[in-house]
Amino acid sequence: MNDAPNRWKRFADWDERPLRLDKFAVEDWKNGFAAFSSPADPKPGVTIKGGRVVSLDGVAEHDFDMIDRFIASYHLDPEVAPEAMAMPSEDVARMLVDMHVPREKLTRLAHGMTPAKLADVVSRLNALEIAFAYSKMRARKTPGNQGHVTNAKDDPLQLAADAAIAVALGFDEVETTMRVARNAWSNAVACAIGAAVGRWGTLFQCSSEEAEELQIGMAGFTSYAETVSVYGTEKTFVDGDDTPWSKAFLAAAYASRGIKMRCTSGAGSELLMGFHESKSLLYLEARCLCLQRGMGVQGTQKGSDLICSGMGSILAYDNSFNPSLINGEELEDYLVLQRDFEADGGLTPISEGQSLDVRARGIAALSAVYEELGLATATDAMKASVLVASGSDETKSFNPRDVAMISEAIKARGITVIDVIKALAKRGFRAEAENLLNVVKLRISGDYLQTSAMVRDGKIVSAVNDPNTYAGPGSGYRLTDERRREIMGIRDVLDQKEVLRSEAQHQAQEARNIDYRELGEAAASSDAKDVVIGISPAFGLKLFQTTAGHKLSDVLSVMVEEIKRRSLKPRIVRFRHTADTSFLGLSAARLAGSGVGIGIQAKGTAVIHQKDRLPHHNLELFSNAPITRLEHYRGLGANAAAYALSEMPEPVVVPTRGEAMGSRYHARVAMIYAIETAMTSEGAAPIEVAVTFKGAAS
Amino acid sequence: MSFGVKDYPLAEKHAAQIKGARGKSLSDITLDAVIDGSVTIEDLRITPSALEAQADVARSAGRPRLADNFLRAADLVAVPQDVIMRAYELLRPGRAKSKDDLLEMAKTMRDTYKAERIALFIEEAADVYEARGLFTKRY
Repeated sequence: MNDAPNRWKRFADWDERPLRLDKFAVEDWKNGFAAFSSPADPKPGVTIKGGRVVSLDGVAEHDFDMIDRFIASYHLDPEVAPEAMAMPSEDVARMLVDMHVPREKLTRLAHGMTPAKLADVVSRLNALEIAFAYSKMRARKTPGNQGHVTNAKDDPLQLAADAAIAVALGFDEVETTMRVARNAWSNAVACAIGAAVGRWGTLFQCSSEEAEELQIGMAGFTSYAETVSVYGTEKTFVDGDDTPWSKAFLAAAYASRGIKMRCTSGAGSELLMGFHESKSLLYLEARCLCLQRGMGVQGTQKGSDLICSGMGSILAYDNSFNPSLINGEELEDYLVLQRDFEADGGLTPISEGQSLDVRARGIAALSAVYEELGLATATDAMKASVLVASGSDETKSFNPRDVAMISEAIKARGITVIDVIKALAKRGFRAEAENLLNVVKLRISGDYLQTSAMVRDGKIVSAVNDPNTYAGPGSGYRLTDERRREIMGIRDVLDQKEVLRSEAQHQAQEARNIDYRELGEAAASSDAKDVVIGISPAFGLKLFQTTAGHKLSDVLSVMVEEIKRRSLKPRIVRFRHTADTSFLGLSAARLAGSGVGIGIQAKGTAVIHQKDRLPHHNLELFSNAPITRLEHYRGLGANAAAYALSEMPEPVVVPTRGEAMGSRYHARVAMIYAIETAMTSEGAAPIEVAVTFKGAAS
Repeated sequence: MSFGVKDYPLAEKHAAQIKGARGKSLSDITLDAVIDGSVTIEDLRITPSALEAQADVARSAGRPRLADNFLRAADLVAVPQDVIMRAYELLRPGRAKSKDDLLEMAKTMRDTYKAERIALFIEEAADVYEARGLFTKRY
């Protein structure tokens, strides 16, 4: 019997990773599994006769399917097409990453390119080039962001509170959808009210069935629609229950009511819905984008307007769109990324106090409106549970069934945004009433219907008056000083004052444990029993515990104990010319008659050194102070004694489990070390210190 | 007059010319006016002339297709909501049983609402749907 393992166990480790929950498919273009190119993708080509497109990507006019027909009639510009199609794809791809070629030049050429040509151009870019081209080709200069506001119960109180939070965080748009289709009207009203807390200008949508979504928009509750899907093959489009003409009609219908609209596509819907025609995802997406442009929508959901087309501002389980890549759980990570990369991700940190304020306001406004309109009464207990809840698991509030009745009443009674504005004003929420009215007023001029429009400080900012003019370093969007300060404002940051304040808390306690008495300048000894412990300038004077939280009195005490155990004489010397561990250790060794010394900083980093070694070539180093425990310092003392007795002990190994010590401790350590180095002075003599342990440890 | 990029945003640069569906200007549409009932949801509707102005802006900003959509939208402003919903429904696959259903809707758009661009658009859809066999019954 052979029990020899037949598997490298790393694969077992990998099996446990969340990655392995994903299933990967082999490339198989015949069955639609092709990302960037497929042999079935057509070759780019166009024939124009008398200003009319008579063939498109190898398909003659009489064989056009609906999508070809629509693209030929509405996307392709016959004036530009001959020039654009004649350009080598590689040349156009290079223009996309050439900062000297302005965006307008490329968009003009794109108007004359067929889907196959566009796919051919983009497929020549590598990942970094795509990212660069993407940032250069964004329509609007100033970045903005969009957040999901939904919850698992369709609870309107929580929607209002969370929408108010999304506004406070700086989302330019919020969008909701629901678990139960009938709840659309209540969700729309709740988010519209919540989004009116604090400032005006956050645009809002409620994703629902196409016809109902338009009705909700017409009642004034929403300002845009985005989940208007288009598809890259005719059969998929029909299964999606639409055609390019019905969708284009919808686009016009929205605009006729002063409502903004974007289309959505992609995510391999053609593959999932079974009618991919063996074409690559890239080519099918190119068809979708040509369709969308032909319909005259102001933008596409996939990234042209906003950094995230729906970041979860709520917890993952509350995200009724399905969890985003970033949800409420990770949102603070995003705020820190903004800060660390000095990159404007469109959001602004909020304080704990501010978040409770806006939540309370949103909840109160929503409750008042529902009560005023006779829709529902929220109890104080319901409101209180929502105020502090991170997610709907923690609320005792409206349930989906309650909401269905509210929602159907809103729809049946023909309640409009005017009724809601009046109710807000009547119940004392005048600021929110004004804010909501201002958003609805945007419809009258239609300025926000233009590409990539958002509202900042009460003004429209769009691709028309804020075009992306990126032309290399120093151009395009840059952080202003004010905006930089905003994104720097993450919570709970450390400064030196805070470090000293927390150290001072330990000062009194340490005074009861240990006494350091300075005896004067320390001299080299010739006593072979002598082991010197060199302590750093601030050790026990301004700093009192290691980064692992051990009292410095305990650390010194266990080392002294171990040296004495071997009948050697521990001497403690404070060095003031250096705070560096290696030099502390080496200087200590040079004063020791045994030639062996310990160097230790207040933060706990320590070394065993010998007098004839190079400064950074020590006997043992204890560099991971945050995980170095008293037993390790005890071992350190024992080993120093052993070296002094010319033994060869087993070095102490501080076990690490790969803790992220850099990010956890670097800030604190740098500040602590600055306190130490500030106390050093060039050429200052070492001081002999008599240490008395006053506690039980001595 | 024709509007261009320099005229945008119209609500800031041409505030006097921007009016709601019942002729109220932006400065007339205040919270107090909403409260006293003199402003209704009708006053918050966009007008064909505002959409035409936005079409000019879009065209001058290099977005002719967006401009065309604004013009189709201008045509639809006067079309009542239920007719819009009916037209949309009819344009969805398999709803129209024959080309005639769509042509009749196109005629309504043209004759009743003077929505010429929409009428042409629906007529074009009727031709395409016929060519692609979209009038077959869907279960």
